[in-house]
Amino acid sequence: MGVEFIYPEFEVIRNDNRCIACRVCERQCANEVHFFNAERGVMMSDETKCVNCQRCVSLCPTRALKIVKSDCKLRENANWQDDTIKEIYKQANSGAVLLSSMGNPKPFPVYWDKILINASQVTNPSIDPLREPMETRVFLGKKPDKVKRDANGKLLCELPPQLELSLPVMFSAMSYGSISYNAHESLARAATELGIYYNTGEGGLHEDFYCYGKNTIVQVASGRFGVHKEYLEASAAVEIKMGQGAKPGIGGHLPGAKIVGDVSRTRMIPEGSDAISPAPHHDIYSIEDLRQLVFSLKEATEYKKPIIVKVAAVHNIAAIASGIARSGADIIAIDGFRGGTGAAPTRIRDNVGIPIELALAAVDQRLRDEGIRNNVSLVVGGSIRSASDVVKAIALGADACYIATAAVLALGCHLCRTCQSGKCNWGIATQRPDLVKRLNPDIGSERLVNLVKAWQHEIKELMGGMGINSIEALRGNRLMLRGIGLTEKELEILGILHAGE
Amino acid sequence: MIQIQAANLDYKELNEKLRETEDDCTIENCCGQRFIATGMAGRTVTIHGVPGNALGAYLNGASIVVKANAQDAVGDTMNDGRILIYGNAGDAVGYAMRGGEIYIRGNAGYRAGIHMKEYKEKVPVIVIGGVAGSFLGEYQAGGVIIVLGLEAEGKRIVGNFPCTGMHGGKMFLRGNCEQIQFPSQVTARAATEEDKKELKEHLSAYCRLFDLDLEAILASPFTVLTPDSKNPYKQMYVAN
Repeated sequence: MGVEFIYPEFEVIRNDNRCIACRVCERQCANEVHFFNAERGVMMSDETKCVNCQRCVSLCPTRALKIVKSDCKLRENANWQDDTIKEIYKQANSGAVLLSSMGNPKPFPVYWDKILINASQVTNPSIDPLREPMETRVFLGKKPDKVKRDANGKLLCELPPQLELSLPVMFSAMSYGSISYNAHESLARAATELGIYYNTGEGGLHEDFYCYGKNTIVQVASGRFGVHKEYLEASAAVEIKMGQGAKPGIGGHLPGAKIVGDVSRTRMIPEGSDAISPAPHHDIYSIEDLRQLVFSLKEATEYKKPIIVKVAAVHNIAAIASGIARSGADIIAIDGFRGGTGAAPTRIRDNVGIPIELALAAVDQRLRDEGIRNNVSLVVGGSIRSASDVVKAIALGADACYIATAAVLALGCHLCRTCQSGKCNWGIATQRPDLVKRLNPDIGSERLVNLVKAWQHEIKELMGGMGINSIEALRGNRLMLRGIGLTEKELEILGILHAGE
Repeated sequence: MIQIQAANLDYKELNEKLRETEDDCTIENCCGQRFIATGMAGRTVTIHGVPGNALGAYLNGASIVVKANAQDAVGDTMNDGRILIYGNAGDAVGYAMRGGEIYIRGNAGYRAGIHMKEYKEKVPVIVIGGVAGSFLGEYQAGGVIIVLGLEAEGKRIVGNFPCTGMHGGKMFLRGNCEQIQFPSQVTARAATEEDKKELKEHLSAYCRLFDLDLEAILASPFTVLTPDSKNPYKQMYVAN
C-alpha cells in the first residue's frame, strides 16, 4: 500500500441474498479473488486480483455475482487519462516494459464498420441460398496465367499445390504453449470437420495431432521450434512467420515458466528454458534470402505443399507484398494491427502497424497493377469478427480470412486480455492441468463448427443478396462495396465509392 | 556408389536425382546448386566442387562431405547427421540446428550457430577449425560450439559480439581470449581438466576425420563460455 497502490479496475458485486456460500466461485477462480470467511460464514473477495474474465459470473448457480468496472477514478483529465496515469505508476513501481494480451483495444477506426455491402433490386436478381446452389469453396495457391494445352490441344490440368477450403475462413496461428492442448485439439478437430485449416503457430505440432495433418498448416518462425522433417511432412502447408499484426517488428518470447511437460517436448527445447523467436530471421535480409527459405521448404516437402509467408500489415505493405509475391511463396498472409496475441508489449500492440482493411486494399491493387496477382493467394487476418467482415474482405481482394480471436471467443474466451498470466480460467491460454481440463474438446470443436457453419450461411445470404452464387465472383469485386463517413483519401486507398455514388 | 554429374543441372534437377536413389552418392562438378540433400536421412553424399546455399537444410541423419568450400546457411534447422567441410563455410552455419555435427576445417562466416538448441539426447556440435565471424552463437540456446583458430596467426579467433543473447549450451574458444569482449550475461573462464575431457570427446572424431593432432590442439588453453541464465529477459515485463 501507499504510493505503489493502484485501485482495482473491477469490483465484485455479490448479492448476499442470493449467495449460498457454495464456494464455486472460489474453486473456479485461478486468480484467487474469492475466499470463504469461516468466522462470518460468508464469501468475500479480493478485487485487486480480478481480471474480469467472468468465469465466476458464468458458473455461479444462483446468479449472485456480477463484475463491474470500478467508478473509483482519478481526477478527470482529457490528456492524462486514467489508463495512461496508471501505466506510469506500474512502470515507476517496476521499471519494466508493459506487457498486454489480445488485440489493440484503442479507439482507432474500424473500416469494416464504415463499409456497406450491395444488394440486387429488380435487375440481376438476388438468389435465395436456401433453394439454389451457392459455392463458397476456394482454392489457395499460385494460379496459372493462362490456359495451357498440349500439342494435341488437350487441356493441361497440372496446377501448383493448392489448399482447398470449403469456405474462405481458416483458424490462424496460435502456438501450443500460448494456448492449451485442449484448445489445439478443438481447433484441429473443427478444421477437419469443416474442411478448412488450423495453424500450429511456432510451437511445433504435438504428436497426438499428426492425425489432423491434412487440415494443419505448420509454422516456421525465426526460432524454428519443433521444426523437423516429419513436422513439415505432416502438414498441408507450411507458413513462414515473418511478422504478426499484434506486434510487428517484435518476435515471440515464451517465458521458461511456460515451457513445461508436453510444451517442452513439442518445441524440442528443455523445460524452463526461454523460447526466444526474435523478429528478424537472421538469415533473411532481402527478398532473395526469403526466396531461399521458401525454396528450402519446397525442397524439403518435394514441391507438394504451398508455402505461405505471413507478415504484419505495416506502412509499406504493398511493396513488401510485391516482393513476397516474387519470392516464390504461394500464399501471402497479412495480419492487421488489431490481431490478437498471447503477450505483446503494450506500446507495440497499441501503436505499431496499420488496419488490415487498408493493407488488403493496397496490396491487392498493387499486385494487380504489377500483373502478379495470380502468383499468390491473399489471406487476411487481424480482427475479422463476423461473416460480413469476411464478405467485405473478399470483395476488397482477399482469397480467404484468418480468424483467431473469434475462434477463442467461440471456445469460451471472455476477452479479459490477461493471457500473459497463464491463469486462463476458461482453459484456453494456460498450461495448468486443472484449468486446461475445463475446456472439453468435444464441446470446443462443436462450438467452433457451429460458429463457422453459421458464418457460412450468412456469407451465402449476403452473396445471394448481391446476385452472386460463387465466392470466386466476389473476390476483388469492389463495386459491391460503398464507404460511409470516409474521407476521399480513405476511399481512394480502399478503392471504393462513397455510399450514394 | 552413384555418381551425379552436376555441371549442367540446376538445383531442382540435381536434388530430384539425389532423391531418386537411396544409395550413397557422389556429386561431381558441383557449382553453387542450392538445397542439396535437404531433409535427407541415412546415407552419405560426397560433393566435389562448391555447393550453394542451404546445404543440408533440415538434415535428418545423412552425412554430407564437401571437399571444397561451402556457402551460406549450411545445415539450417538440421535435426541429425553430419556435415564435413574441408574448406570454409559462409554465413549462418547451423542456424537453429538441434542435432548432429557440423565440422568445418577452415573458417566460418557471420552468425555461426545462431539459435542452436538442444533437447534431451540431441546435443548438436559445430567445430570450426579456423576462425569465426561476428555474432558467433547469437541466441545460442543449447549445443556446443568449438572454434580452434588453427593456422590463424594474427587473426582474432572470433569477430565482434559473440554470444549475444546466449541462454543455453556451451562455447569453447582456443586461447585465453583476453582481447575479446563478451556480453554481460555470459561467463567466460579458462577450461578446466573436466572441460578438456568434454572437448576431447567432441574433438576426437573431428581430428581423426581431418587428420589433425588431437593432443597438440588440447595442449593449448581454452576459454569456456556459458550463459548465466536460461531466462535472460525474465525481469523485463510488468502485466498491464
